Amino acid sequence: MAEAEERSRTIVVDDKIHTWPHLVRGEFLVTIFVMVAMTLWSLLVDAPLEEPANPARTPNPSKAPWYFLGLQEMLVYFDPWYAGVVLPTFIIIGLMVIPFIDINVKGNGYYTFKERKWELLTFFIGFHVLWVVTIIIGTFFRGPGWNLFWPWQRWDPHKVVALTNVDLPYLVGLRDYWVQAGFGLFLVLLYFVVSTWLFYKWVIWIKGKEFMVRWGAVRFAITSFLFITMMALPVKMFLRLVFNIKYIMVTPWLNI
Amino acid sequence: MINLEQIKKDIVESQVWKSIFRHGYEDTPRNRVLMVTGNVWMHLHPAKVRRHAVRMRFTWCMGGLTFLMFLLTVITGIYLMFYYRPVPQYAYADMKYLEFDMPFGMLMRNMHRWAAHAMVIFVWLHMFRVFLTGSYKPPREFNWIVGVLLLVLTLLLSFTGYLLPWDQLAIWAVTVGSNMARATPLLGHEGPFAEFVGANPIYDARAFLFGGGDIGPHTLLRFYILHCIFIPLVASLLMAVHFWRIRRDGFSGPPL
Ligand code: HEM
Repeated sequence: MAEAEERSRTIVVDDKIHTWPHLVRGEFLVTIFVMVAMTLWSLLVDAPLEEPANPARTPNPSKAPWYFLGLQEMLVYFDPWYAGVVLPTFIIIGLMVIPFIDINVKGNGYYTFKERKWELLTFFIGFHVLWVVTIIIGTFFRGPGWNLFWPWQRWDPHKVVALTNVDLPYLVGLRDYWVQAGFGLFLVLLYFVVSTWLFYKWVIWIKGKEFMVRWGAVRFAITSFLFITMMALPVKMFLRLVFNIKYIMVTPWLNI
Repeated sequence: MINLEQIKKDIVESQVWKSIFRHGYEDTPRNRVLMVTGNVWMHLHPAKVRRHAVRMRFTWCMGGLTFLMFLLTVITGIYLMFYYRPVPQYAYADMKYLEFDMPFGMLMRNMHRWAAHAMVIFVWLHMFRVFLTGSYKPPREFNWIVGVLLLVLTLLLSFTGYLLPWDQLAIWAVTVGSNMARATPLLGHEGPFAEFVGANPIYDARAFLFGGGDIGPHTLLRFYILHCIFIPLVASLLMAVHFWRIRRDGFSGPPL
């Protein structure tokens, strides 16, 4: 009823057209086109088949299927429990909560950059920069020993790369095991506390106090945690590439 | 003289014909609607759609093409299943057999492989499109979640299929991809806190995935069943939900 009233008040111009033929025709043509393309691709390029499986001979490098190479690339910067298990879980959860943390009512059903700059930028960092770029690095720039090679460079299995990475607590001069662990833990917590505070200030700055009230504590907490966790990846990559830092936190159970 | 018109009329007006085809083909608005609503496959669509929705630059056709790639892998996959035995002694030989002895064997295998790759790319692009048009916003939050699950299933379908040729590429890519599972916190034997749970190499998350402590015949069978039955079944069910919800929630579009 309310909807009918709404309609009678505003003049609604119905722009509907028949599915048959307008939509079905398009689907049919695209299907034919893509099927021709797939057939040509399959006629011209053969699916790979290497030698029979041999559990005793590990190829170097062993690469996961290309769509997982982003995760394999992250193994350079984080331990497997994090890069291979926890991070993918966060990615999946993070994708699922998007509709619930994004309360911007604008930009529903049409393309716009202006009305949702920050949402688009966040997605861009996560998807295009982190996910796609790490896949490209893993696919084209990694050779034997998971060392970096240019695509045109010969893969030299004997390439020697000095392992000069050190843990951050060690770097700053701490030698006692537990002091190191405590210091690392402190740094990780500090990263989260400071970043959350910065994120809070930043959201208020770009969206205003009123937005923060509407957004609510739960949405803020989830978003900032996921965003800061995501940004930890480039942070850690930077620390590794520039300062050769291996771990920030070293404990008997897990390292970060 | 044979009267073709009369024969045509006799056929089209026979009880058998009319029991199958409920309406004529003249281009009337009524028939255009019946074309969609009277056909179980076509009625995945609504009878009418908004003008923008049929434009390629709105959807990029990506959801539909993801579905097309799924259908293509199902059809080529069934062909492959006739000739493939998921046992290490035979699996690799069957690949060769497909290539050299089966009519269209190599074509079917190529198409299966490339369609699977295309499906992964298309589903990412589809997600990107849905994000750009903000189509996950209310009332479509739940369908976005269903979509994320479909995305995960698409990757798992590709991944489980990767093992089946049982060549060097297959077992090592799957080994690298699954090694992460043994680092699962608590549940993997190399993961943090595993000692508290008692996970060990033959009794942990990876062993569950592999069907044993190492990649072997049990893994091949397990991945085969996941790949050919379990995941396609779950994915089909979720796709049914996905398509149903697109109809129920209404297709997104700019406000009228
Ligand atoms: C196997 C995977 C998938 C298939 C076969 C599929 C199929 C489709 C199709 C055919 C449409 C109709 C419009 C279009 O073509 O864009 C659609 C719409 C939609 N899809 Fe998917 N999809 C899949 C995965 C996903 C994923 C990964 C997401 C998001 C994370 C998603 C979210 C949505 C949403 C929210 C809509 C409604 C769009 C609107 O109203 O504008 N789907 N899907």
